[in-house]
Amino acid sequence: MASVAYTDPPPRPRLGRRVSAFFHRHPRVRLAALLALPIAWLVGVYIGSLAVLLVASFWQTDPFTSEVVHTFTLDNFRTLWERDVYRNVAWRTIRMAAMVTVADAVLAFPIAYYMARVASPRTRGILIVAVVMPLWASYLVKAYAWRTMLAHEGALNWALAPLGLAGPGLTETGLWLVFTYLWLPFMILPVYAGLERIPNSLLEASADLGARSLHTFFRVILPLAFPAVVAGSIFTFSLTLGDYIAPGLITSEQFIGTVIYSIRGQALPLAAAYTFVPIAIMILYLFVARKLGAFENL
Amino acid sequence: MSRAWKRRLGGVGLSGLLVFLAFAAASCGGGGGGSGSSAEQISGLGTSLDDIQQKARDEGQVNLVIWSGYADPSWAKPFTQQTGCKVNTKDGASSDDMIDLLSTGQYDGVSASGNASVRLMSRGDVAPINTDYIPNYADVQAGIKNQSYNSLDGKPYGVPHGRGPNLLMFRTDAVPKDTNSWAVIWDKSAPYNGKLSVYDDSIFIADAAVYLKATRPDLKIDNPYELDDKQFSAAVDLLKKQAPQVSDYWPGDVAKQVQAFTNKDAVVGTTWPYQVNLLEQAKVPVKAVKPKEGTTGWSDTWMIDAKAQHPNCMYLWMNYIISPEAQAKVAESFGEAPVNPKACALTTDKQFCAKFHAQDESWWKDVYYWTTPTADCGDDRGDVCKTQEDWKSAWTDIRG
Repeated sequence: MASVAYTDPPPRPRLGRRVSAFFHRHPRVRLAALLALPIAWLVGVYIGSLAVLLVASFWQTDPFTSEVVHTFTLDNFRTLWERDVYRNVAWRTIRMAAMVTVADAVLAFPIAYYMARVASPRTRGILIVAVVMPLWASYLVKAYAWRTMLAHEGALNWALAPLGLAGPGLTETGLWLVFTYLWLPFMILPVYAGLERIPNSLLEASADLGARSLHTFFRVILPLAFPAVVAGSIFTFSLTLGDYIAPGLITSEQFIGTVIYSIRGQALPLAAAYTFVPIAIMILYLFVARKLGAFENL
Repeated sequence: MSRAWKRRLGGVGLSGLLVFLAFAAASCGGGGGGSGSSAEQISGLGTSLDDIQQKARDEGQVNLVIWSGYADPSWAKPFTQQTGCKVNTKDGASSDDMIDLLSTGQYDGVSASGNASVRLMSRGDVAPINTDYIPNYADVQAGIKNQSYNSLDGKPYGVPHGRGPNLLMFRTDAVPKDTNSWAVIWDKSAPYNGKLSVYDDSIFIADAAVYLKATRPDLKIDNPYELDDKQFSAAVDLLKKQAPQVSDYWPGDVAKQVQAFTNKDAVVGTTWPYQVNLLEQAKVPVKAVKPKEGTTGWSDTWMIDAKAQHPNCMYLWMNYIISPEAQAKVAESFGEAPVNPKACALTTDKQFCAKFHAQDESWWKDVYYWTTPTADCGDDRGDVCKTQEDWKSAWTDIRG
């Protein structure tokens, strides 16, 4: 029996296959190709811009032309430390962020609890859409709408007038309402996710052991859901800390964001230095949040 | 997080830090652009009027930084029809904001007030103009040409837009109709606590100085932009006393002030004639006056960016904006006095120029145009006056 000689070489594998085989043989190249773009973005654009900001905070401005002079100085940080106004504004902003966070937590918890543990799947779906819906509308429209509602002749005063009451008007309290409204969905969603993950068996065990419902709530549910509340508070706190549009629209008080916005033209280095105040606060906040286990709930 | 992962992340942190430092070094090295000198001839500009018109057709657009309302379609549209240059605009909220915007290099020109124009000229961000290519320049009222805020070393830097006063405005249903003094927002502001509307910029310190000039002769204030230590602190104290009563600091955001007056969140304050026009059109009961103490004001200048990308369109715009037709529309829309007297024959209201005192220089004597405060007091006091930087820093303090 004559052996059959194959003269044709085996068909070359297709390009896609060859590429995939190459990556299979070179796992490091595969990893590099996968991560090159996101890392370039993260390091180049994201961290890079922060680096430029940090460097800019050590520069000076020409007192007459207000041009940036590239000479190293610590004056900007000294100014921030020594002048009362910057400290007052920072405290006012932190206080606002804290109050908004507390208000959002108090409002969000019952809603999230109802969604996670009481509502039927159909109602739950409707509620989730209802909570997320405001996020589809422009932030600017919502802030302006609130300005109109809080105005002296606005809807709020009109509605309260028959009761002999008046709304907070365009004040810090008014701003607190606006922020609480704006960031509420950012608190509800993580708390909802956290509550939903508590296994029913734990609640049944608690009941079997004789705990009444209130007892179960405080001893089982609340401790298990607390990290989720902290996770939500990261959003409400940081969003309030950095915002400059709503404060400018609603009040005549200054906040960190509005100060940076108003001095950036005249004193860019000082404005750059001031941005490190909220950044430092957030780093501290995230550190504490991590200790409280919030990162497992994001 | 496992220990191995942590170590790996540590590596990322270290390389991140290295990149960070590399960036820092790179950004330190760059910049330091030349200031002071500017090119006499902007590159790309035509060499004759016809040439400019030709080249403008190719450019097809002009990008302007403006005060809100300065490029209204009613005069920007005819310009586009005549020249083929589309007008793109960006509102600046304050003079600082405008300087900031112009320095991005995306714009061809700016409508600069005195507290921006002086800095722009000395920074070299704007270029002197060749008036041969701006035929309408000859018609501009002589009193506005070659002022400190629109020329440097005898060379004109742009064309005037118009001039106007900062007015005292109030709702007639809340404030007596015959009010004629700034006192209602300073010493006698108690009845309007929480209802004041104030321009949100350090240049407003000059408004306090104008009031002190009239009411505190012992301070010997002459020019409200040349304030020494004692005069400056008196003005700042006055402003600090006022701050808790202000409901609305409007940062050049015209709509915000109009809304505040419409909703009675503000009943008295300082304003531009533009908002008075808008509110009167909306039938809000307001009145605006130039109070007896005098007031601050502005005389704005269209300037061309030294590195304009559409210089031909910008030249045509500068020529167009001082034409009698455009000036008539600009003046009536914004409530400014036209700078080209020929416009007075073309306004819809034939009394307009008389009402706005376009040619009555004596009326403008106590209107102090915005300018850049410098250390040099301009008189025998020497270099003891507060600078722009001091003003800005004090303003942050005043706002609290």
